[in-house]
Amino acid sequence: MEEISGAEALLEALRREKVDTIFGIPGGAILPVYDELYDSDIRHILCRHEQSAAHMADGYARASGKPGVCFATSGPGASNLVTGIATAYMDSSPLVAVTGQVPKAMIGKDSFQEIDIIGITTPITKHNFQPMRAAEIPRIVKAAFYIAATGRPGPVLIDIPKDVQTEKDSIAFPNEVKLRGYNPHIPLRMDEVKRAVRLLYESKKPVILAGGGVKSSNAFSELHELSEMLQAPVATTLMGKGAFPENHPLSLGIVGMHGTPEANRLTIEADVILAIGIRFSDRTTGNVEEFCVDSKIIHIDIDEAEIEKNRYVDVAIIGDAKEALKTIIEGLRSIGIAEKKEWRERILAIKEHYKERNMDEHFKLTPPLVLKTLRRVLPEDAIITTEVGQNQMWAALHFKVFKPRTFISSGGLGTMGFGFPAAIGAKVAVPDVPVVDVAGDGSFCMTENSLSTAVAEKVPVIVLILNNERLGMVAQWQRLFYGRRYSAVELRNPDFVKLAESYGAQGWRVADINELENALSQALVSEIPSVIDVPISPEEDVMPMVPPGKGLAETMGVT
Amino acid sequence: MTLISTIVEHKPGVLFRVSNMFRRRGFNIESISVGPTEHPDLARMTIMIRGDEKLAGQVVKQLRKLIDVISVQLLEEEQTVQRELALVKIRVENPEIRREIMDYTNIFRGRIVDVAPNSLIVEITGTPDKMDAFINLIRRFGILELSRTGITALSRGEATIIKTVRAV
Ligand SMILES: Cc1ncc(C[n+]2csc(CCOP(=O)(O)OP(=O)(O)O)c2C)c(N)n1
Repeated sequence: MEEISGAEALLEALRREKVDTIFGIPGGAILPVYDELYDSDIRHILCRHEQSAAHMADGYARASGKPGVCFATSGPGASNLVTGIATAYMDSSPLVAVTGQVPKAMIGKDSFQEIDIIGITTPITKHNFQPMRAAEIPRIVKAAFYIAATGRPGPVLIDIPKDVQTEKDSIAFPNEVKLRGYNPHIPLRMDEVKRAVRLLYESKKPVILAGGGVKSSNAFSELHELSEMLQAPVATTLMGKGAFPENHPLSLGIVGMHGTPEANRLTIEADVILAIGIRFSDRTTGNVEEFCVDSKIIHIDIDEAEIEKNRYVDVAIIGDAKEALKTIIEGLRSIGIAEKKEWRERILAIKEHYKERNMDEHFKLTPPLVLKTLRRVLPEDAIITTEVGQNQMWAALHFKVFKPRTFISSGGLGTMGFGFPAAIGAKVAVPDVPVVDVAGDGSFCMTENSLSTAVAEKVPVIVLILNNERLGMVAQWQRLFYGRRYSAVELRNPDFVKLAESYGAQGWRVADINELENALSQALVSEIPSVIDVPISPEEDVMPMVPPGKGLAETMGVT
Repeated sequence: MTLISTIVEHKPGVLFRVSNMFRRRGFNIESISVGPTEHPDLARMTIMIRGDEKLAGQVVKQLRKLIDVISVQLLEEEQTVQRELALVKIRVENPEIRREIMDYTNIFRGRIVDVAPNSLIVEITGTPDKMDAFINLIRRFGILELSRTGITALSRGEATIIKTVRAV
């Protein structure tokens, strides 16, 4: 066998995993890998900050369903990845991060640009590896992709000492990996499935709560079928948004702290809740002690540790959501389900009751109206990403999503600065559809330097800034819960139009809905990135809202 | 108290991953003992935690999630042989006390493993209760130093967790 270096082995192994794009920044400890990249046909996207490289890879993964890959050098390069890796971890997104490390003999000596990235990322990765011989690299890469993408997906980090990158050996590439401590294929327990079928069959007022797990397992059509079969309305978590078409009569939108009133209302009224791929996060349940105490809960999750981590459940089905739903559907089909006329009427009545008004103030740039305009202008399969804060919640509430993988947001970690680089990653993965980052001014400023990357790499994404010149969500909490004591929330922003232009992108500042539509339609056909600055009132709150620590029944701002 | 037995990959960093998981999730380790098994690539960790059944269930599930953890078993008290080893260095002020300590050591089936003019080291193995009893008895003489290993344990009977591990 011909001898090759560890760096060559890495790139060959990535190629075999069908990696077409890598996001990263080079540096001393990963130079041998970048030298190999010079001859490779894998596309490398040069970022301006490693945090953004990780977010781009994450956005790529969320839009495509394939693992995203990022590279960073040792020390500060690796530590800059941390927020991006943690973001992917909290939202179960498959990410493979490769970092350079100082040579083996210098590890542990506090050498220049040495950091213990294995130690740092252990709590925020599904697993991490540090090959000590070049020959280990192919097996480790194979294992990393397998771990990242299967079971409950998540980030995996591979930290390669510099001398392992240059070391030559005759290196074999395995076709399979076996990890004796990891088996993502869990057979369903039929007794639990039967109990679930029984409960659903007997239920009079079922509600389905769909989370990110529905997306990971591609269980969209099964969810659709089961919901119609049971006439169970579907509310999603923020991560589940897109798992069920929001123009469907049984869609309730998102549930939780900033859930729609119909979702929160009907969830409380349900006698049986079918929770699929959700983790009962505090942002979804409100005070978990008060959450649906009188209803039976069926929980489907591929991660057995999610079962009863936060909330006691009546039936637990551990396994792949798609397979579980299929089996439940078969079970129900063999019994036959009675029409639930009363429930159906109740659902319709509640939805009708909360149907939004105020669509007539056409020229005022209220956030709901901005998002509805965006929806109207964009094709059905357009992808939106969000930043974090009010912008995110307005988008979740008012931008209806019809297709899977078209709503991308940092749910678990709530990372400001995620949306813009994630939009670039998504656009690279799915270049034929428009990608819009719904941003807050504060969040955009955190990773705005990725405009350089978007311009240089010709990735024409659109950033729509809901500009309230505030850290808006913090200001909202201060307004509602701290007696309007606005501590450290006012922002002095750059001129976003000039900023965009200085990077070689284009910008608009719009004053009304007509101008917004114009700017959007120009941006949509443009080949360079666009920034649309939309001034909104700093006093605007996201409503409805369940105050922190309260139950879903105590929703504010609903009439 | 709950005893958990785990088989893990016998390689660097695994103990860190396990203990880090406990720390991050806010679980407390009462005692942990780690050592090689009859298979060079496998190690066994015996972990004792304080908490109810619900907590134990979560700990087991979180342990199983770790890629380097191959197998996890909750050990039931009656179905388990539990042992701990302690070395106790005791102050010996006069021959009478020496005599007394030797008697206690015999009763507890311990061994004297070091003798010096003014001290003794006793080696004692047994269940944690037995250790506590011995230590309480001799405390009044003055314990100079004490080292306990933490519990190690195996389930009774023919069944092993390693067998299922090797089959993979
Ligand atoms: C990295 C990071 N730092 C701080 C926070 C806390 N935080 C949550 S929302 C928010 C304000 C966001 O402001 P902006 O991006 O302008 O969006 P808006 O709420 O105004 O829409 C802050 C500071 C966070 N989520 N992420």
